[in-house]
Amino acid sequence: MKLRSRHLLGIEGLDRSEILTILDQARTFREVLDRTIPIVPALRGRTVVNLFFESSTRTATSFSLAASRLSCGCVNFSKATSSVSKGETLLDTARNIEAMGVDGIIIRHQSPGAPHFLSRHVKAFVVNAGDGAHEHPTQALLDAHTLREKLGSLDGKRVLIVGDIAHSRVARSNLLCFTKLGAKVAVCGPPTMIPPDVEQYGCKVFYRLDRILHEVDVVNMLRVQQERITSSSFPTVREYRALYGLTVERLEKLAPEVVVTHPGPVNWGVEMDFDVAEFSRALVLPQVTNGVAVRMAVLFLLAGGDAQADKAG
Amino acid sequence: MTRRLADSKAVGVLVAKLAAAIGRHNRQVKNLALVGIKRRGVPLARRLAAGMRAGRKARVPVGAVDITLYRDDLQMVAEAPIVRGSEIGFDINGKTLVLVDDVIFTGRTIRAAVSELLDYGRPEAIQLAVLVDRGHRELPIQPDFAAKVIKTERTDIVDIFLKETDGRDEITLTRT
Repeated sequence: MKLRSRHLLGIEGLDRSEILTILDQARTFREVLDRTIPIVPALRGRTVVNLFFESSTRTATSFSLAASRLSCGCVNFSKATSSVSKGETLLDTARNIEAMGVDGIIIRHQSPGAPHFLSRHVKAFVVNAGDGAHEHPTQALLDAHTLREKLGSLDGKRVLIVGDIAHSRVARSNLLCFTKLGAKVAVCGPPTMIPPDVEQYGCKVFYRLDRILHEVDVVNMLRVQQERITSSSFPTVREYRALYGLTVERLEKLAPEVVVTHPGPVNWGVEMDFDVAEFSRALVLPQVTNGVAVRMAVLFLLAGGDAQADKAG
Repeated sequence: MTRRLADSKAVGVLVAKLAAAIGRHNRQVKNLALVGIKRRGVPLARRLAAGMRAGRKARVPVGAVDITLYRDDLQMVAEAPIVRGSEIGFDINGKTLVLVDDVIFTGRTIRAAVSELLDYGRPEAIQLAVLVDRGHRELPIQPDFAAKVIKTERTDIVDIFLKETDGRDEITLTRT
């Protein structure tokens, strides 16, 4: 079994059957995490590097854990302690790390397309762990996995993505992923946070949360990314919460089977009330657990088998 | 050239013989469980459990292991194989496990299965039961119970067909 590409650069390059391949494998890897000794020797002798140019807790940790659960070595690189501060370029950094003998590079970078650029210049496989406001494919895959676990299938399900659609790589990857899996996706947010061309992805746009919220099966909340918002996209945090926040009052009005996801970290009290976490339909923590299984599946599919045979073929 | 070594009736006799041998040997053992190796070891383990029910008070639980992630040739195969997943629905700590597979050949599959089982806990003992032992071991591993021993060339292919996976019960040998 194989993905068409040696790299995972985005959901955009995957078709429905490839996404389902990854998700089906993730399901079997999820079981490994519940064993007495939750480590399998599948990638013994392989090494990957976490090349993170932006801060991250869960994604970097999740990739390291996924690697170690597969007996795959993992080294962590962070921008703060590296020669990047001495002016080393992305390509130099990557080539130097590759020269030390790593099989895969997991990269997070503030520039959209950085993983794609890297994939054309290194022999290692490349996994995009977030590139600017472009894509975050493993987040979309773990969200899809969590929803499949809860709802069975995404076919025909109505998913609402709420928040800063314009600045969010999670929004783009999730939109692409859910649509490819057969869901009907709508987006909702302040007009300043909705990109003008978003309908091209086949989704409906709503500017008022209360108009659409009661018609959906899944509410996918996004983080208000204060670090990416340059101009003032909304007047105040209090107004944002009042218009677009998932408050307990809004949650309690929803049908009991409606589920809520959030990629984290949550700005509690802004896009989501703190008490929402207490509801079992809020899947924030299961999402994190599933993230490890999904990343195991991705690493296994990309690093499993003989890389040399792959290049020859 | 393909030769039939056992038809449906003969396979039934072999399974019954194997179940009896396992039952006899473990007469005193209370915490017995069977673990089939995917894929054909699993229906075989279920049949053995059913065959052993007569002589025992408690039902013998059956689990399944998929050894893909423990294969010693994962670095050599061209692409990542499909992982079907293991399902062991009971605590193996302190249990006497009988690992079940259809054929034993090099012994590498059994090595992988034993490694995997030990990651689920610490069983009291692990025994090995196979329908067919065709020889040519590459590791120091021997079955405790083998219903049929077949003399083969290294290049021969022994195929076991089971109703649950293949629609019929049959054992064949193909000389290449």
